[in-house]
Amino acid sequence: MNSKVSNQIAIATLYVIASTIVVILAALLGYIIISGLPALSWHFLTSPAKAFTAGGGIGIQLFNSFYLLILTMIISFPIALGAGIYLNEYAKQNWLTSLVRTAIEILSSLPSVVVGLFGFLVFVVQFGFGFSILSGAFALTFFNLPLLTRSIEEALAAVPDEQREGGLALGLSKWETVLHIIVPAALPTILTGVILSAGRIFGEAAALIFTAGQSAPALNFTDWNPFNISSPLNPMRPAETLAVHIWKINSEGIMPDAKAISSGASAVLVISVLGFNLLARFVGHRLFKRLTAG
Amino acid sequence: MNNKLQKQLLKRSKAAKLERLGKTVSFLALMLITVTVFAIIIFVASKGLATFFSNRVNIIDFLTGKDWNPNVTNSKGQPEVGALPMISGSFVVTILSALLATPFAIGTAIFMNEISPHRGAKLLQPVIELLVGIPSVVYGFIGLTVVVPAIRSIFGGSGFGILAGTFVLFVMILPTVTSMSVDALRSVPRYYREAALALGATQWQTIYKVVLRAATPGMLTAVVFGMARAFGEALAVQMVIGNAALLPTNLVSPASTLTSVLTTGIGNTVMGSLQNNALWSLALVLLMMSLIFNLVIRMIGRKGAMSK
Repeated sequence: MNSKVSNQIAIATLYVIASTIVVILAALLGYIIISGLPALSWHFLTSPAKAFTAGGGIGIQLFNSFYLLILTMIISFPIALGAGIYLNEYAKQNWLTSLVRTAIEILSSLPSVVVGLFGFLVFVVQFGFGFSILSGAFALTFFNLPLLTRSIEEALAAVPDEQREGGLALGLSKWETVLHIIVPAALPTILTGVILSAGRIFGEAAALIFTAGQSAPALNFTDWNPFNISSPLNPMRPAETLAVHIWKINSEGIMPDAKAISSGASAVLVISVLGFNLLARFVGHRLFKRLTAG
Repeated sequence: MNNKLQKQLLKRSKAAKLERLGKTVSFLALMLITVTVFAIIIFVASKGLATFFSNRVNIIDFLTGKDWNPNVTNSKGQPEVGALPMISGSFVVTILSALLATPFAIGTAIFMNEISPHRGAKLLQPVIELLVGIPSVVYGFIGLTVVVPAIRSIFGGSGFGILAGTFVLFVMILPTVTSMSVDALRSVPRYYREAALALGATQWQTIYKVVLRAATPGMLTAVVFGMARAFGEALAVQMVIGNAALLPTNLVSPASTLTSVLTTGIGNTVMGSLQNNALWSLALVLLMMSLIFNLVIRMIGRKGAMSK
C-alpha cells in the first residue's frame, strides 16, 4: 500500500475515533442534564427525603454535602499547605524526602473504599465518633490530602526563584519569605487547586458510606447551636451526602420515584462539578490579574 | 554593657524562632501524611491477616477457592472463603475496560495533539476535564438506567454482569487515560516531528514511527493509571455488576468484584468475626494490587527515563 493512502486511512480513522468519543461524551452529559432537569425544583432542592412515598427531596443531603466539604477543607487545607511548603521550600534530596513522596503517591492511588474502611476502623470504631460528619470529614481528608498537597507544591514551585532571592536579600528569614512573598504569589494557582479538589470531594461516596453513614436524620434549620443533636451544624450526627444518597436509593431504595430522584440528584452533582470547574478557572484568572496588576 | 550585648547576640532572634517554628510545623504536616499512609497499610494488613492467623484459613485456599460463603463451613471443617470469584471479577472488568478504553483514548489524544490541535483540542479539552470530575455514582446510575437495560434487551438475562461493569468503567477511565495521554504526547519535543517530516515521512508515519515511540512510557503510565482506577472503583461497579459471588462464566451473568463485596458486606457483619475478617482480607488484596500498580508505574517511569 502506498504511504499516502495509508496516511489518509489512518487520519480518517482518527477522525472517526475522536468523533465517536465526542458523541459518547455529549450523549452522556446530555442524558444526565436532560433526564435530571425535569425533577429539579425549589421543593426538590430544599425538602427532606422520604423513605417510602414519592415526592421527597434532597434538601438535607445537599446541605450535608456542602457542610462536609467545608469541614474537610478546614481540616485538610492547613495540613496540605504545610506539607506543600516543606516539600517545595525546605526538603532536601534525601531518602526521607523520597520516602515521603512515595507515601503521598501511594495514598493518592489507594482505592477510596480502602480509605473509607480505614476511616471506619479508626474514627467510627476506635475513637468512638460513630457514623458522623466528623468521621466522614477525616476520611475525606486522607482522600484529599495527596492531590491537594501536590497541587500546592506545584503552585509554589511555579513561583520564580527571583522572588525568593528578593525576599532573602531584604533580610527576611526563609519562613517570612515563604509566608509573605511566595504563598501570596502562588495564591491564584493554590485556590484553583483547592476548588478543583472540592469538586472531587463533593462527588465522593465510597469513602463515606462507612464513615459519614447512610442516614440523614431530620434537621431543625432554625437551631444553629452545634451541640444540639438536630442542629445542622452538629458534627457528630450521621450525614448521608448527595452522592451516597444516589447510591443508596439505587441499591436499596423503595420509594416509587427513586429513578426521578436519582436523575435529579445526578444532575445537581454534575452541575455542581461544572460550577466548581468554571469557578476554578474564573478565580485563577481574576485573582491573577488583580495580584499581578496585569 | 558588654554582657548585655553578648546576651543579645547569643540569643536567638525573633525571626529565627519563627523560622524554626514554621519549619517544624510544616514538617509535622508532611509527617502526618506519611504516618497515615503507613497506618493505613498496617491497620488493613493486621485486620486482613487475622483470617489466616487467628481463623486459621489457608492462604492458598483463600486465593484459589471458588466458593464464597463465609457463614458455611465445608467438609474439611473450614469456612468457605474462596476469594477467586471476586479476584477474577475485578481483574476481568479491569482488563476488559482497559482494552476497550486504550485505543479510543490514545486515538483521541493523537487527534487532539497532532491532527487538530486547535479546533479539535479546544472542543475536547474542557469536556474531558469535566468528565474526569463527574462522580462515580453518577456513572453507576447511568449504567443502571441505560447500559443494563440495553444489555438485557440484546443478550437477555438480567443485564447485570461483567459486560455492564466493563462499559461503565470504560466510560469512567476514558477521560483520565485520554488527558494523561495528551500530556505524554505534548512532552514529545517539536523537533522530533519536524525532523521526521523533513525526511519526507507522511503525517501518519511521523505519528506512528516517531511520536508514538517517544511517548510510549507516558502512554503506558496513562493506561496503568486507568487500570488502577478501574480496579479500585467501588460504587459504580457495584451498582451494575449484579453482586453474585460466583466465578464469572460469561460476560452477561451476575458477578462480583473485590470492591463490590466490600461495600455491600462490611455493614452487615460483626467486627472481629470470621465473616468480617474475610472481608478485610479482600481489602488487603485490594491494597496490595494498588501497591503493585504503583510499582509498575514507577518502573515504567524509570525505564522511560533511561532510554532518553
